[in-house]
Amino acid sequence: MAIPLSCWLGVSAALFSIGVYGALSRRNAIGILMGIELVLNAVNINLVAFWRYIAPTDISGQVFAIIVITVAAAEAAVGLAIVIAVYRRRHSAVVDDLDILKN
Amino acid sequence: MPFDPSQLQIPFELIVFIVMTVFTIGGALGVVFSPNLFHSALYLIVSLFGVAGYYALLSAGFLAVVQLMVYIGAIAILILFAIMFSRRLMGLGEGQSNRQWWISLPVAVLLGAVLIGVAISVQWPVTDVAPTEDSVLQLGLAFLGSYLIPFEVVSILLSVALIGAIFLAREKTDVEEAQS
Repeated sequence: MAIPLSCWLGVSAALFSIGVYGALSRRNAIGILMGIELVLNAVNINLVAFWRYIAPTDISGQVFAIIVITVAAAEAAVGLAIVIAVYRRRHSAVVDDLDILKN
Repeated sequence: MPFDPSQLQIPFELIVFIVMTVFTIGGALGVVFSPNLFHSALYLIVSLFGVAGYYALLSAGFLAVVQLMVYIGAIAILILFAIMFSRRLMGLGEGQSNRQWWISLPVAVLLGAVLIGVAISVQWPVTDVAPTEDSVLQLGLAFLGSYLIPFEVVSILLSVALIGAIFLAREKTDVEEAQS
């Protein structure tokens, strides 16, 4: 294994913080969803890297990663459906405009 | 003396790792900073492709295929469809960052610095054991053995998410609109 484990963890940490920045700074709800997808991918890189380097005989790391991918698919489908429903009603997907619960 | 490429001491894995890192991190930066949301979604595909390359490099071939089919083939295409649903969803001609972006930037940088510091400083108990050859077989046995209940729960979650997404996004008929 030519690449040390810390390289994988470093790349994953960079991807995680880029995703967190995207989720925090975007105005558009779809942009926030894409940031969350990046965060989930960073988690998956960590799971698979730990499986490969620390417990390669135990398949649990890959099982966890597949379950995370499945949950991410469900999250994207429901999230985009909510965005489209909100857009149809309010003609905007900017999360700053969605403040009807404040009044 | 002729040039012999095998004398170069750069391992092949390292080259692939660097290329995939450029894809992943560069794509992620494009997702976050692109002013056009449609371009963001295209950069997301580049980033997800880099992650699929990582899985292949980590000898998790099945996961690489799952990443290509589920993430790029389904999730990224779904996001592209949702953006193409309307021109105004693309957010052309208006700023894409909200008022708190200058707070989130140092928070994200600090978070990344702490995570990278931990990843470098900790002595991980790395083993040199090679993974099993038939990892797809092991994966199937695990899903229908010790992980049977999570597998079934995830199936139910997917069905619920599918029905819920259809219910949320469908157009209301005139009769329902009049009743509400």
